[in-house]
Amino acid sequence: MSTVICKQLSKVFGEGELAVHALSDIDLDIQSGSFACLSGPSGSGKTTLLNLIGGLDTPTHGEITVAEQRVDRMNKAQLANMRLHHIGFVFQAYNLIPVLTAQENVEFVMQLQGMHHSQRAEKSRSILNEVGLSGMENRRPAEMSGGQQQRVAVARALVSEPDLVLADEPTANLDSHTAENLMDLLVDLNQRHGTTFIISTHDKLVMSYAKRLIKMRDGKIEDDGSRQSVS
Amino acid sequence: MTRYSFGTITAMLTVIAWRNVWRNHRRTLIMLGAIAVGVWAMIWLTAIMRGMVDQMITDSIKNLIAHVQIHAPAYRDDPSIANSMPAPSDSLQQALQDPAIQTWSTRVRVPAVISSERESAGVTLVGISPLREREMLFLAGAVTDGRYLQSPRDDGVIIGAKLAERLETRLGWRIVIMSQDPDNDIVDRGFRVVGIFDTEMEATETSYVFTGLQSAQEFLKMGSQVSELAVLTNDYRHEQPIVDKLRDAAPDLEVLPWQEIDKYLATMLNVVEGFVWVWFIVVFIAMSFGLVNTLLMAVFERTREIGLIQALGMKPRLILLQVLIESFFLLSVGLVFGNLLSWLSIIPIQDGWDISALGVEGLEYAGMSTMLYPVVQASDVILSNVVVIVLGLIASLYPAWRAARHVPVEAITRI
Ligand SMILES: Nc1ncnc2c1ncn2[C@@H]1O[C@H](COP(=O)(O)OP(=O)(O)OP(=O)(O)O)[C@@H](O)[C@H]1O
Ligand SMILES: [Mg+2]
Repeated sequence: MSTVICKQLSKVFGEGELAVHALSDIDLDIQSGSFACLSGPSGSGKTTLLNLIGGLDTPTHGEITVAEQRVDRMNKAQLANMRLHHIGFVFQAYNLIPVLTAQENVEFVMQLQGMHHSQRAEKSRSILNEVGLSGMENRRPAEMSGGQQQRVAVARALVSEPDLVLADEPTANLDSHTAENLMDLLVDLNQRHGTTFIISTHDKLVMSYAKRLIKMRDGKIEDDGSRQSVS
Repeated sequence: MTRYSFGTITAMLTVIAWRNVWRNHRRTLIMLGAIAVGVWAMIWLTAIMRGMVDQMITDSIKNLIAHVQIHAPAYRDDPSIANSMPAPSDSLQQALQDPAIQTWSTRVRVPAVISSERESAGVTLVGISPLREREMLFLAGAVTDGRYLQSPRDDGVIIGAKLAERLETRLGWRIVIMSQDPDNDIVDRGFRVVGIFDTEMEATETSYVFTGLQSAQEFLKMGSQVSELAVLTNDYRHEQPIVDKLRDAAPDLEVLPWQEIDKYLATMLNVVEGFVWVWFIVVFIAMSFGLVNTLLMAVFERTREIGLIQALGMKPRLILLQVLIESFFLLSVGLVFGNLLSWLSIIPIQDGWDISALGVEGLEYAGMSTMLYPVVQASDVILSNVVVIVLGLIASLYPAWRAARHVPVEAITRI
């Protein structure tokens, strides 16, 4: 089964002479439970691709299907719902809401989903424990290190058990040791929960964890470590 | 479609909004100060203004107007002795027992000529029941020389200081008053000046001459007839029910509230009512600039954060709601301080504030007293609070809309 299918996906920013072809005719199929890495030089279109898959931006051409739903045909409200119920995000930085504690940040998405208080508290505590942050539930982002903050973001992305987690350079602001811990965590969660991960990165270390490595250049897929899986 | 649990989400938005309010202490405190001062300006200055107008109306009412007057129907067109009326009937007396009536009294009020050995002047001779008039008429408190009248039989006269000067007469001297009796025959009689009164209005001093009611009735040969019946109610703002009741009790007489007797004064009261609104709106507009600016700054600073929560699946209308809740907190905390400030600044002057100390000297010449009694009306306090909250939230719609409109991808991925 596929969690993400992209067909003939293109994204053009701007018009006429100023047009930037950020993505050109991307065909991609990500199987459920994949742990895929997007790599490639700066400006190759990694972020753009993740944004399109995550419904944060709309394509110029082509189709995107996530969890059997056509993302490219959704309106804003539908996209918001899609993100809320099917996708977890980990961004490079500024992942957390500064006025909320670690636990509240994790509960935020569940609250938006309208989950009951007792259920939320239990889930958020157990996931924070899983990412190694037990005892830090009541800290605000400013009281945590960059690595701890990223782990809170991971906990939040996973807590509502989404079909897909999109992480855009999650280790970019971390030292190599912390990055390694985070990647171990992601792989572990991928194996135990069967969640699909797509991670964009420049980082060799991150790539070494990939079960499937997709290399991009100039808005195209240059090399796909598991091209055979594309039908 | 998702089933949002509105309670859960609002609770969360409320927590975030409340904490957001306190993120920038300095800015929040400045804004709270501005709201508090704004509300204070609304409540306090309105109370002062109402106090001034109240004073003015009270003063004018004591100047032979009272709250309600009853006359023979033709009296207003021709206030001569021919248009006098009988002493109040039983049914009218019954109606005058109403607890909303503080006091009432009958008066004789006719045109007359007063003469000393040297000069004469046209005046209005007023016959009163001195004890009943104590509260209703300015005279009891205005006699600066000599004495007040003692009874309806008192046949001394009290004249204004200015009139005494013109007539070149003084306390204890005799003057002659000339008028007409009901048969149109001239009557005249000598009276002794037993008191001189002094008021802030010169016209009053030169126009009115007071004596006892019965002594006037005898002098004018009018038996028990009177010119008018004056009524003082408990509140000049709510005299209408009394007017209606008296009209029923005396259908053949003309019953008039003070607003119809002194139209200028009535207009004054309406102008104040309108001014309160204008004042509230002006203060509010000044305040709303600060509010909108503060919120816009806050929203602008949090562009990335707003992008984040949108990326996580929070719908734009919830972001709008969050900014509005934040604004509501600012407004209501500001209001608490504003009301407190108003209260604290009214307490010390609630028993009267002598504004002559401020050097406001023109007032006396304008016929106003220098003692100011602030009047706090519940409706003003409620209105100012409602104006601030309701219009404040409406003004916050713009920053809230700006926040909700952020495109998530721009906000979150552009650094
Ligand atoms: N909002 C935008 N407006 C115009 N051009 C854009 C916009 N977003 C991205 N681009 C362009 O699209 C191309 C792809 O950008 P993208 O951010 O996807 O690259 P990336 O692979 O994520 O790079 P990096 O490794 O530096 O993050 C670049 O040429 C970029 O300049
Ligand atoms: Mg990028």
